[in-house]
Amino acid sequence: MTINEIQDELIEEFELFGDWMEKYENVIQMGKELPVIDVQYKKEENLIKGCQAKVWLHADYKDGKVLFMADSDAIITKGLVSMVIRVLSNHAPEEIVAADLYFVDRVGLREHLSMTRSNGLLSMIKQMKMYAMAIQSKVKAN
Amino acid sequence: MNTATIIAQEIPDIEKIRRDFPILDTKVNGRPLIYFDNAASTQKPWQVIKAIEHYYTNLNSNVHRGVHYLSQKATDAFEASRRKVASFINAEHDYEVIFTGGTTESINLVAHSFGKQFVKACDTIIISSLEHHSNIVPWQILCEEKNAQLKVIPINEKGELLMDAFKAMLDETVKLVSVNYVSNSLGTINPVREIIELAHSKNIPVMLDAAQAVQHMPVDVQELDVDFLVFSGHKLYGPTGIGVLYGKEKWLNQMPPYQGGGEMIKTVTFEKTTYNELPFKFEAGTPHIEGVICIGAAIDYINEIGLEKIDRYEHELLEYATEKLSEIEGIKFIGTADNKASVVSFNLENIHPYDVGVILDQFGIAVRTGHHCTQPLMDIFAIPGTVRASFAFYNTTVEIDIFVAGVKKAASMLG
Repeated sequence: MTINEIQDELIEEFELFGDWMEKYENVIQMGKELPVIDVQYKKEENLIKGCQAKVWLHADYKDGKVLFMADSDAIITKGLVSMVIRVLSNHAPEEIVAADLYFVDRVGLREHLSMTRSNGLLSMIKQMKMYAMAIQSKVKAN
Repeated sequence: MNTATIIAQEIPDIEKIRRDFPILDTKVNGRPLIYFDNAASTQKPWQVIKAIEHYYTNLNSNVHRGVHYLSQKATDAFEASRRKVASFINAEHDYEVIFTGGTTESINLVAHSFGKQFVKACDTIIISSLEHHSNIVPWQILCEEKNAQLKVIPINEKGELLMDAFKAMLDETVKLVSVNYVSNSLGTINPVREIIELAHSKNIPVMLDAAQAVQHMPVDVQELDVDFLVFSGHKLYGPTGIGVLYGKEKWLNQMPPYQGGGEMIKTVTFEKTTYNELPFKFEAGTPHIEGVICIGAAIDYINEIGLEKIDRYEHELLEYATEKLSEIEGIKFIGTADNKASVVSFNLENIHPYDVGVILDQFGIAVRTGHHCTQPLMDIFAIPGTVRASFAFYNTTVEIDIFVAGVKKAASMLG
């Protein structure tokens, strides 16, 4: 599936929810289901410091694709992180760099991307793109 | 008599008071806004909002130097406000009231000007574990510059200062004690009279960060005999960007200016400048005129209700909220001092405070989550932050009931 196909799938899933509570319950559930990140990756250099919630991000490059792993100490943030990983992980660096993450707005979670939310989500997306960009230039150089 | 009856007796005109605050009619997600973030900033009554409009429609002009009609009117209103502030905290002289941009600027002013004059290498400044970053960082900058040291009064598990430890810290190297009157994160009301007496017995001056105090209880600088006291307009139902530094004349006169510019000078030549008298020496540049005038309007409004009444009512709200929240399984209060202002800080077991804040926001309830600009204090409790609900006199027990139900729902969703 392409990045946009996954985004559209997520949007469709969220359309099923009647109210904000069901929507957030789903986000929380996704947070709980996010595969546990290996302790060795929860190190200082993988930490994206938001003002309140901590987010750890680790990336691997394998067979031309970037694989992301992440965790957060706040469950709603973790749910949001899990959505971003579902969309961006396991894609080629150039696809990740070019991705327009419209799903956050479309599923009605746009407020989580605002600066005042300070949940590290915005920084995490930037970090993922930068990582993909770094790999892209490395691959080109070789 | 139950709590609700007592509250009803204290503020029988609560609905009338709420009508003074137009923003309280806001709907969030279709629900009425419940504003429990008053320790961060309070809402403004019509009396203040109209005073802002009145200034720009009737008085707008630069103050102090103009000979024309409008400048006179603006200056009169500006200086009348200084007298209101002086009377509000019972300063002996109006010129001991300096207008600044806020509490943070007031503290920076003292750290800079007092520090320049009185602090040298190996001297000590004392603060407490409860301080806001605003009352930590300016002193760290000063201490680094002067090679002086910063000492911190420890606290117990309830969030109360350990006064014996404080006593032991008061040696001849201490040049200033700067502590908050009320903790913004925990609500602890510090024993400031005792702190001042102890420090004064060793001839050490004291500064009180009263940003979380003046809106909750009457404060009398002469009765306290405090040397400096600072607070902000926006936490006192007034505008943002305006703050107060009260300083005893004897200290302010000895301190060099903070910033250079217009207003603060007497004569300027390229060789030498002489400085203006108090309070103007510390008010360089065109001030926040409308802010100054409207902090006066806010004080008028508060005086009309009465701070003693506000104090009693908010205390009832605090007790009511604490009692109701205690029923929630897994709740842990952070800050359980015997003497508290209307601030409740807590965490739910194994739940990040940020998550609780997100859910409460969906219910239209505004609380603050995080470290509240007191990271060292959060480190002492070994937590990333807390959920903080802070009440003002326009809040009600009905709102607290909805809030408690919201917290319960958040606990069940997130647990």
